[in-house]
Amino acid sequence: MHDDHARAYWKANIRVLTTLLSIWFLISFGGGILFANFLDQFRFGGFKLGFWIAQQGSIYGFIVLIIVYVFWMDKLDSHYRQNSQSNSREGDQQ
Amino acid sequence: MSSVQLWTYLFITLSFGLYIGIAVWSRAGSTNEFYVAGGGVHPMANGMATAADWMSAASFISMAGLIAFLGRDGTFYLMGWTGGYVLLALLLAPYLRKFGKFTVPDFIGDRYYSRTARLVAIFCAITISFVYVCGQMQGAGIVFSRFLEVDITTGVIIGMTVVFFYAVLGGMKGITYTQVAQYCVLIFAYMVPAIFISIMMTGNPVPQLGFGAELTAEYGGGYLLDRLDNISEELGFAPYTEGQRSTQDVFFITAALMFGTAGLPHVIVRFFTVPSVRSARTSAVYALIFIGLLYSTAPAVAAFAKTNLMNTVSNAPYMELPEWFYTWENTQLLTFEDKNGDGLVQYVADPALNELTVNRDIMVLANPEIAGLPDWVVALVASGALAAALSTAAGLLLVISTAVSHDLLKRSFMPQITEKQELFYARIAIFVAILIAGYFGINPPGFVAEVVAFAFGLAAASFFPAIVLGIFYKRMNRQGAVAGMLAGFAFTSFYIIYFKFISPEASVPENWWFGISPEGIGTLGTLINTTVALTVSRFSPAPPRDIQQMVEEIRLPGH
Repeated sequence: MHDDHARAYWKANIRVLTTLLSIWFLISFGGGILFANFLDQFRFGGFKLGFWIAQQGSIYGFIVLIIVYVFWMDKLDSHYRQNSQSNSREGDQQ
Repeated sequence: MSSVQLWTYLFITLSFGLYIGIAVWSRAGSTNEFYVAGGGVHPMANGMATAADWMSAASFISMAGLIAFLGRDGTFYLMGWTGGYVLLALLLAPYLRKFGKFTVPDFIGDRYYSRTARLVAIFCAITISFVYVCGQMQGAGIVFSRFLEVDITTGVIIGMTVVFFYAVLGGMKGITYTQVAQYCVLIFAYMVPAIFISIMMTGNPVPQLGFGAELTAEYGGGYLLDRLDNISEELGFAPYTEGQRSTQDVFFITAALMFGTAGLPHVIVRFFTVPSVRSARTSAVYALIFIGLLYSTAPAVAAFAKTNLMNTVSNAPYMELPEWFYTWENTQLLTFEDKNGDGLVQYVADPALNELTVNRDIMVLANPEIAGLPDWVVALVASGALAAALSTAAGLLLVISTAVSHDLLKRSFMPQITEKQELFYARIAIFVAILIAGYFGINPPGFVAEVVAFAFGLAAASFFPAIVLGIFYKRMNRQGAVAGMLAGFAFTSFYIIYFKFISPEASVPENWWFGISPEGIGTLGTLINTTVALTVSRFSPAPPRDIQQMVEEIRLPGH
């Protein structure tokens, strides 16, 4: 039982990582490099969008990503912990 | 003595006094305290320490200058050196904390159950850290010689003595709490002039917004970045906000800096100092916020400094230039040669007509003077730059010392030594490392700027894949990891040594493999490491059961 939970937890963990790292890739390599020239046609204030993402936006994006990661993993951890506790209690009763 | 010098002496004495005070207060009594500060550092304190550890003389002194001269292309430093933290926070930090030992070679050696793997890791860790620490000492030397007008030797010796004090006495514990203080000094010193200049030029007190705002009437109005594009073009340079390097090169350099950041042992080891897996994650958030503060300000500083510089010197009569121009000329970091004899400074892209050469390192240091800020702000920048250089140097020296006393002696060759002896060897090792680093600070090999690319490329090509595979691929075995690390390390160092040292004249895009510059080759090294490791591991036996169990254990969250 414990092994199953560990496996489920790891799978959920990998899902979190894939999601966040895809966004990470899109922001930095996508917005800041590959599509930057295309995005430059949009402007706000003195900034061209591609330039802004490359020199400012990506950094803010990275910070947000790690914050989301912390909260998401906290949730995952407590969910996993509760489940494994209730299971071991069931195991005791049998 | 000038007023700037008086202020500089005051700030440096105060900040150094603070560092030494902290050192005495936080002496380390055990190897646990010496290596990982007892593992009880608060996530926020660790975040600050990580930020100071990470932000070196290069970040503080050179980065804004590099961006000022690279314009849009300077982006790879910004994204590379911050984006790597996402990888570090998501792929490495929590698991390495769960593993719960002292060093990176510890992990490699235990995970790959092999002394060879441990020795390869020790070799990589020491090489990377030494390469990096020389640059820090040289940075400290530049600051001392420019601001205090003492010779570089005296400057470096003062710096070494201070580092010696808190690193040898306090180990990781002393280093951690000094780094917290150093972060405060350096961020204050970076932000104050940036805010001042932003208000002066755009009326906006937030530099991050200021450089996208309009210039004040005094500076001629119009958006600052448009203005910068225009003057650059008038003088024959490429427009500031447009990239010049090929997309694939920028892509590879960014990736190499990211993988390198995540693989640098002195940064990774900071996450061993917090009490739990959860605090390792939180601490990564704090670290990136603290780092992001400086990194989002740097491009603004770059744009302000470049505009100001071109406005001030372009076609100005040499004899009427402001005072700072002549002081920096004395350091040879700024040189003017009146080629056409008209007494005016021609600063243009064409090398035959250009009369001014500006070393990129002075952009941050001279920025407050160029903008005409008060003397105390100029002095503040000097103490900030020293804080940045010394904090990183200390972190690196600790990695070198633990690699010798813990990984090489205790875990590889002399397992019978007691904790007291190990601590003694750790202190000796850090002492010797400081002497060597100091020597290179005083007699800098002429290639410091180049070797930084080296450090990142090597960290990316050796540690990053070995650690990530060790956590995420249970089947990865000793043979695969060792072969991968050696292949990645050898390939990357060969490529960099060839283009940087053997035939630097051949280092042009036409000769580069796939158009990748030596700065970006670490990415290819990472891929080679990974491919070799996966292939070799498929054809050799799976790791023993207890190792597989260890990997499963690492993957579960601790309490």
